Order: sequence, then structure tokens, then C-alpha cells
Amino acid sequence: MSIIYLLLTISVIVAIIFFAAFIFSVKKGQYDDTYTPSVRMLFEDEIKSEKSTKQQLTNNN
Amino acid sequence: MENCFHCGDVCNETNIVFHNKNFCCHGCKTVYEILKDNDLTYYYDLEHSPGTTPSRFDSKFDFLKEPHIASKLLEFDERGIQIINLVIPSIHCSSCIWVLEHLSKIHNGVLNSQVNFPEKTVRIQFKAKELSLFALVELLTRLGYEPYISLADEKKTPKRTDRSLIYKIGVAGFAFGNIMFLSFPEYFEVNEFWLDRFKFLFRWLMFAFSLPVVFYSGWSYFSSAIKGLRSKHINIDVPIALGISVLFIRSTIEIALDLGTGFFDSLSGLIFFLLLGKFFQQKTYAYLSFERDYKSYFPIAVTKLIQSSTQFNTQNNNKKELREQQTEIKDLIQGDRILIRNGELIPVDAILISGNAFIDYSFVTGEAQPVSRASGDKVYAGGRQQGEHIELEVIKTVEQSYLTQLWSGDVFNKGNQTNFQTLTNKISKHFTIVILSIAMISVMFWWWFDASKALNVFTAVLIVACPCAIALAAPFTLGNMLRFFGKAKLYLKNAETIEKMAQLDTLVFDKTGTLTSSLESKISYCGVDLSIEEQDLLTNTLRSSNHPLSRTLYQWLQKHEIYTLDDFNEEIGKGIVGKKNGQHIYAGSYQYVNNNHQSSVYSPEKNTTQVHIATANTYKGYYNFINTYRSGLQETFKALEKFKIIVLSGDNSSEQESLSKLLPKHTQYYFDQKPEDKLSFIKALQDEGKNVMMIGDGLNDAGALAQSNVGIAISENTNVFTPACDGILDAKQFTLLPDFLRLSKRANHIISYAFLLSLFYNIIGLGFAISGNLKPVVAAILMPISSISIVVFTTLFTYWVTRKLSQNNQNNNK
Repeated sequence: MSIIYLLLTISVIVAIIFFAAFIFSVKKGQYDDTYTPSVRMLFEDEIKSEKSTKQQLTNNN
Repeated sequence: MENCFHCGDVCNETNIVFHNKNFCCHGCKTVYEILKDNDLTYYYDLEHSPGTTPSRFDSKFDFLKEPHIASKLLEFDERGIQIINLVIPSIHCSSCIWVLEHLSKIHNGVLNSQVNFPEKTVRIQFKAKELSLFALVELLTRLGYEPYISLADEKKTPKRTDRSLIYKIGVAGFAFGNIMFLSFPEYFEVNEFWLDRFKFLFRWLMFAFSLPVVFYSGWSYFSSAIKGLRSKHINIDVPIALGISVLFIRSTIEIALDLGTGFFDSLSGLIFFLLLGKFFQQKTYAYLSFERDYKSYFPIAVTKLIQSSTQFNTQNNNKKELREQQTEIKDLIQGDRILIRNGELIPVDAILISGNAFIDYSFVTGEAQPVSRASGDKVYAGGRQQGEHIELEVIKTVEQSYLTQLWSGDVFNKGNQTNFQTLTNKISKHFTIVILSIAMISVMFWWWFDASKALNVFTAVLIVACPCAIALAAPFTLGNMLRFFGKAKLYLKNAETIEKMAQLDTLVFDKTGTLTSSLESKISYCGVDLSIEEQDLLTNTLRSSNHPLSRTLYQWLQKHEIYTLDDFNEEIGKGIVGKKNGQHIYAGSYQYVNNNHQSSVYSPEKNTTQVHIATANTYKGYYNFINTYRSGLQETFKALEKFKIIVLSGDNSSEQESLSKLLPKHTQYYFDQKPEDKLSFIKALQDEGKNVMMIGDGLNDAGALAQSNVGIAISENTNVFTPACDGILDAKQFTLLPDFLRLSKRANHIISYAFLLSLFYNIIGLGFAISGNLKPVVAAILMPISSISIVVFTTLFTYWVTRKLSQNNQNNNK
């Protein structure tokens, strides 16, 4: 049953890693602007590809 | 009628068809062309007509050509790479984000650009060699994204946002989760062999996790409680700090002496919930600023005229004429000559040397109409020149100018309402006293009955009495209210403002820009009717003039045939004359129009603005410009009848009669009030014990806004400058003012009900505590239940009372 020492240590370390990641992300300003990235991720990467997909859509219709 | 493909405005007489698309003006078409040439038309696919009409790029940004001024605006400047963070008020949709983040496709010099939408800023990284800051700003302006650069941008220190609360919540939440997990085994209370062996490890781990919660996350409660006690106030943080310390000390002793598991989970949960409440109460509007002073209204530089004889710069000594140089306004000294162009702001008190000054002071003094000044007159800082360029001689530096002097006053330097007591703090005083006496009485009882339990009961009472639910009631009610108000476009600085609004009894209104709308003015014609040809000629003459009155009148007349005039002449500050087919028409001041013929039939009324009209030989009449009051003013004020209402205006008293028809009978009027008069007027009211709300818009109200208990700035466009205040109200929502005031009162009621509900939980908890039965598991269940039910209760209740507001808001937007 002394495996519980190991398990506890691992669980606490994992928790601390996540906690440190949270602090780091706040410090880097990742939570300063929570709106713009949500819009940005919907943009097409390449303008050309956007056009062609659009044309395809209209062709399909 | 076609709508512009770029900006969505209705295309009036100038409908430009290009690529089978309609454009309302050449500016919009140019933006389309730029985007088309650079393969960026995806801009128009994202949103329907997303653009803004670009403003004319004139000499406004000339100061950026001066490296020493430009360098002050840059965030980073090394090895040819420069970074600047620009505020662009016209950012409003996803297309804006997209095009601004693809600037590098338009110009190779741009390396990277990133938009922060809530703050309406764009951070641009560019190569200094390929693209100067001036050229970058020019590019942005041509695309319709003109940056707003003001004196406040100078010496930019990267903005430090206070993130300590988020860290504290993070620490508390992290510890809370882990402690819960570790405290669970013992709650099942199986006297099992393994559990008995490991429980010490679990307990000390919990202790370790609770240390940062108490000493980091919860520290602000201790410091605030001590601060409160020092100034002899029992604020809500006193019982909280008491509860936290008792929880921590008792739990530590329990685990040290092996008496029990302790209350570490309740302790960390309590602090976590309290901090969440604090966080929820902060609703920030990133792009609005409530702390602005004149610096964000004033430009960073002006054109200085340097004579070769007095020139300090020896390099160009051989020039004889006046030389223009962009100079920072803080470097201006007495005796300097400056040049102010059309639409530019006068940054310092000065004497007019040459040119016809026609200065719009409406924002600064509250005077509704622009005033004209002749050379030799004194002009004050803050006015906006309209018409031709003028030359001024500086008589005072920026800091010493009349307007800016206001800001050195006391009101702006200290928070003058530190003694304001929130409802929570008022209640907590009685609450703390009652709890302490209950604790004492129960100790005495147990001392006599069973002394071994006395200390146990005493601490248990303090633990359950910890006013977590009470402390959450106000933050969640007010936080919700702030959000509802924000949706209805009243943006408040903080939650405390709502509590202050609930106590108001006196409302003070500014006139110009507050009761009147600066966007529209009513025009009436007085005199002999004009024939159709004369009207046509008049509109075409007005069309050629850039004078604000001409523009307004032209907008009002409209719907006439457009043709080219044979002759047009404008005498700036006086009037205009147009000629077509041998017919003349004169429009302008009474003197100007009448100089051309003798008949003077009309004696001009005082205190209104008029444009007089005459043909070559006869005087025809005049157009009268009257300020229009906001629609719904009468109904709004009817709903405000319970309050004492005062109108405090910097303008003259000409409007009193028409105002008294609209406003309630008991309204008091004060006219010709200077900014400092307004301030002292509010102060006098407060000395009488009144709780005053000031509603104003301009810089002239700034002192009064700061002095009043609640200062609300009205703004036609929340993107532009508003003076320091407690809240910004969108001008369209003026009619909702009674609703806002009523709802703040309701918010206080909701908080009181929530207090009653939490008292109920406290009584249950006290039952356990006094009888000596408070087990950690009871505390661990009771505490979250009470907190969550308070949050649910206040949220539902605020939602219910604001239904009407949301309805009215929707009606207003229709």
C-alpha cells in the first residue's frame, strides 16, 4: 500500500505543473484579450483558398 | 437608393459605380481599390459593408515626421525594427481585425500586426527603413482606420494590468481542489487500517496547501480589516478575517494534537468563493477610460512658426521667411508663434495674430455655437478652429492655460469619496457585534455546563458566522447589474457607483451636448420666400463652402439639382457668394449680406445663430439655427420628478424659456456658469447634505463630474474623448436614465433580501455550533450550499428586475 506515496507525489506534481502553466499563461498576457483570438481562428489562412472554396460552394448550388 | 459597398451608407447624389459596385464617395472607392489590388477582398466577404469612410489625410499627422516626436510613441525601436501600439476607434467588426492583421500584404514594410479588439488597438511591427511611422499612419488613415494619437500617448510605458486577483483565484482554486480531494477519505469515516495510517500525511498535505491560500490569496482580507479597524470602521472584512484566522488556527491545532481533520477544505473554499465574487464584480470596458484628463483630448504637437532671426536651430539660418516646424505642445513657451489649421485644436491660451478665427468651444465651455474672434483677441485653449488657418502667439504654456489649470485642482488628485459606506459594510458592523456577543454568551454557558467544550463552541460560532454568503450578495448583485447596464450602454466605472446611484436625491444637468443633441440642430427660415431658382442657387453655393454652418444648412436643404457655379467666393468668417446665369446669392452674417444693399428690414435677434440670405439687390431673410433637445426629454424628466433637478449651463440664458416648457416646474436654472463655478456649485449642494449626480459631456463639466457623488458623461460616440467620470452613457439611451436610477435602488433591495437569506443559513450553522456539534463535514456542506444559493438567488432576481430595461433598450435600438 505504500504505492500511495508514489501516487500522491505524482498527482501533486501533475497538479503543480498545470498550476504553473496557468500562472505562466496569465503572466504572458494570454487572458488579456479573450475576444480577438476567437474571431481570428475563423479566418481562412490563404485568401486564394477561401475564394476557390466559395466558388465550389456556388457551383454545387 | 443604393448603399455603399464599402461603408454601407446610402449613396446620395454622388453614386460612383466601379466594378459593378456602388460607392458613396471616392474615399470608399479608393479603399476598395487598394484592397482589390492587394487581393484582400475577403474583407467584404466576412461582413456586409464593413468599412468606414476614410477621412482626408491632411497635415494633422505632420508631427510624426519629426523623429524625436515619433520615437516617443514607439514601444520598441532597435535594429531597424519598430513596434507601435495604436488606438483605432473605428475598429468594430471581424473584417476590421482581418484587414488590419493582413497589413503586411499591402505594404512589405509591415512585419506583423495584431489587433486587440476589446481595447480597439493594433500593435504593428514594421521595418523602419521601408516604412516610416508617418507613412504607416497615412496608410491606415487611407484605409479608413485613422489612429487616435493624443498627448496622453507620449512617454508610453507598457500598460501594466493588475493581474494579482487572477493569481490569487488561481492559487485558491488550485489549493481548494486538492484539499477537497485529500479530505474526502476521512469524511466517510471508516475506521479502516490504511486510512488510519495515511491520515496524518493527508492532513499535513492539506495544511501545506492551505498556507498559500491564507497567506497569499486571503491576505487582502487581513490588511483591509486592519485598515478598517484603525480608522474605527468595522467593515465586512473584519468578520471574514476573524473567520479565516479562527478556521486556520483551530484546524492547525486539531491536526497537530490529532483531535480531528480540521476545516481546511471549508477554509480554502471560502476564500476561493470570496475571491470569485470580487472578480465577478469587476466588469471592465477595455476601450473606455474613466480617468482621462485633458491630455487625451489635446494633440501631441502643433505647427510652430520660427522666424529666422530668432531661430535657435543654426542649420537653416540663411532662410528669411517663417519656417514651419512641428513642436510638441509641452515645449511651447510664451511668445512662440503657432499655426492652427482648419479642424485643429488650440492647445494653449494665445492671442490671435492673423486670420479669421471661428472657434468651436462647445465641448470646452458649453457654448452652443462657434464664436468668431478678430486679431488681437485672446483665445483660450481647447477650442477647435473651423475655417481657414490662423496664426497665434502663445501667452501661456499648456500647464498654465486656463482649461488645464482646472486639472490641478484637488478634486482630480484625491478620491474625494473615501468615506462612502457600502450597504455590506453598514450591515457587517451590526453583524459582527451580534456574532461576537453570541459567541461570548455560548462560551459562558458551556463554561458552566461543560468547560471542556467551551473553546470548541466559541471557535465553531466564529467559523459558521463567517459571512461568506453576505459578502457574496453585493458582488454578484452589483456585478450582474453592471453587465445589464453595460448592455443598455451605460458603462459604469465600478460596482460601488450603483450603490451611490441608489442614494441620489439631486440631479444636475449640463445643457449643451447633454440636454441638446450636438448632432442635429433645428433650422427655421424667416423672411421672404425664395424662388426655386434662388433655392437651387443657394444650395449649390452652400455646397461649395466648407463652413460648418454651410454644411449643416446644405444637409437640411438638400434635394436640389446639382450644377457648377459660374462664380463662387468665400470671405472666411463672413459669408459666401455664388453666381449663376447672372444671378447672385449672398449667404452669411448680417453685416456681410447687408453691405451689398441698404435695405435692413430685420433686426437680428440676440442669442441665436443665423445665416442671412440676400440676392444681388434685395435682402431675403435668414435661417435660424436652434438647438434641438433630445427626443423624449419631456417624458424622461417626468419620470424623474421625485428628484431635485438643476440645469447648470455654460451657455447664455436664451434657451431658458424653451427649456422650462419641457422640464418639470421645480427645475432650477443657472446659466453662464464657468467650469469652476460648476464645481463649486456641486460642492455647495453636497455641503447641504445632498447626494448629487452630475450629467454632462464636455471638458467644462469635468470638475463638476469629479466632484459630484456620481458623475455621468454623455457621449454621442463612446469611441471619442469623454472627461473623467464614474460612468459613460451612450447619448441615444438618455431616455433610460429613470430606469437606471430605479434599478440601482432595486439592486440595493436585492442585496438586502440576499442578506436575509444568508442570515437564515447562519442561524442553521449557529444551531450546530452552539450545541457543540459542528463537524468539518457539516461546515464543508453548509458553506458551499449557502454561497451557491446566494449566487443563484441574486442572479435570478437581477435578471427579473432588469427585464423592462432590456425591453426599453430594444425599443430604443429599433
